[in-house]
Amino acid sequence: MIRFTPLQRLLHWLMAIGILAMLFIGVGMVSTTMPKYLPLVAVHKSLGIAILVLALIRLAVRLRYGAPALPADLPEPMKLAAQLSHYALYALMIGMPLLGWAMLSAAAYPVVVFGGIYLPQILPQSDSLHTWLWDAHFYLAFAFFALVLMHVAAALFHALIRRDGVFEAMAPVSVSTQDELVPAE
Amino acid sequence: MLEPHRSPLGSLTLIAIVIAAGAAAFAYTAGWFSPERLTPTRLVAALAPPTGPALGHRRNHAKGICFTGVFEANGAGAELSKAQVFARGQYPALGRFNLGTPHPDAADATVRIRGFGIRIATPDGKEWRSAMIDAPVFPVSTPRGFYELLIASGSKDPNAMKNFVAAHPEFAPFGDWAKNAPWTDSYAEDRFNSLNSFVFVDNAGAEHVVRWSLLPAAQPVSISPDDLAKRGPDFLEQDIAQRVASAPQRWTMAVTVANPGDPIADPSKAWPTDRRTVEVGTLIVQKIEAEQDGPCREINFDPTVLPTGIQVSDDPFPAARSAAYTRSYDLRTAEAKDYPRTATGTKP
Repeated sequence: MIRFTPLQRLLHWLMAIGILAMLFIGVGMVSTTMPKYLPLVAVHKSLGIAILVLALIRLAVRLRYGAPALPADLPEPMKLAAQLSHYALYALMIGMPLLGWAMLSAAAYPVVVFGGIYLPQILPQSDSLHTWLWDAHFYLAFAFFALVLMHVAAALFHALIRRDGVFEAMAPVSVSTQDELVPAE
Repeated sequence: MLEPHRSPLGSLTLIAIVIAAGAAAFAYTAGWFSPERLTPTRLVAALAPPTGPALGHRRNHAKGICFTGVFEANGAGAELSKAQVFARGQYPALGRFNLGTPHPDAADATVRIRGFGIRIATPDGKEWRSAMIDAPVFPVSTPRGFYELLIASGSKDPNAMKNFVAAHPEFAPFGDWAKNAPWTDSYAEDRFNSLNSFVFVDNAGAEHVVRWSLLPAAQPVSISPDDLAKRGPDFLEQDIAQRVASAPQRWTMAVTVANPGDPIADPSKAWPTDRRTVEVGTLIVQKIEAEQDGPCREINFDPTVLPTGIQVSDDPFPAARSAAYTRSYDLRTAEAKDYPRTATGTKP
């Protein structure tokens, strides 16, 4: 069975943890006035930049190494859904941090990450740009989370119901299925 | 690890449970199941008068006027904080005189609290933002208490404030100040206080918990609210514009250092008057501009925008203020069309 390269699997699972944490921190921080608000916002910014960097690396790795083909017997609509959702996930992984960074710039806030690194302002202050970016960042976050849930559902569908090797291709460690035994790396 | 003969129905149920649990955890984190949580949205909504908020304006301290000037550091603050702003020198300052009201057109004599927002920029690219008021203490000890104060003061129940004061004995010093302290006839004569405590970190890494104040160079002249009212609803803005046009107006910045055991987490409690105080420089206001097209309009005077060398302390307010100010900023920038700029060539 063909699997993603170990580097791709490492990036996938690291980013899975990072993105889930990011989405929960995001909705949590904007709904609190407790002292934890400040560290949550600080982590949100730093993690966002980390995800941006990892996503760019991941995109390059993906373009270099590609991905295992989907099973030949997977219905066409499911193949299409898989492809489109992966395009959307890449777009969001790269786009969301940029939207957040641009949004802070358009509000004339200093953009500080990792406890003291000042990022450049990528936009001038602008009420209208800030509003547009804020809306995009806010609504796309919920779309992102919905997409993550669909991705998890699809992964489990492949793992538990179709048992077609799609889940195993990205599994962090080798998983033996009923039909085949994948040798450990 | 997989059961060899799991039925598809069981697997589908398992998938549905995983997805539902994920969505529920997300909704819980977002506060959708927690109507009691004091969110920035609820806190800011509580600031609005019964007639609704003034669209396009700050949700509190809505009436204000911009200034530009400099902060002239005398170098004495460098022993307390390594922030460049305390190294001897002049640093550009931008700020806003304001009144603690949700009404942008409130008459001056109807507003007890006056405020002073400021942003000082240093060559190292750092910023220090602060929003101070003229009260010597804050009305309450906690952000939750502040929310309760807003609810009580907006309540139609005649006993609401009485009940609030009974439940919040810490309100007494502020209440006494609000009732009995003299009013001045100029922003230039007001003392402005950080009230919240912050931590200064010096070059050796030692931490000093401090509060700071701006002490006016102009001699305070008392005036009764009635006499202030006779001078007109916008007298304070006209006065400060006139004074600054004829000469720069100055405030001395004084930093007070807490002793161990002082109430650093409670801005409703003053520190004893004998605490060590260091005069770190002079804030000089050189130019006044109307807010509508002025440079302070787009600035959120978030008190947690701090340079290296200044940090938040155990005081719970700066975090709550940051969350609420950001909410106010997000709202008012989205409503900019309701408060249009007038200057030609300025972006909407």
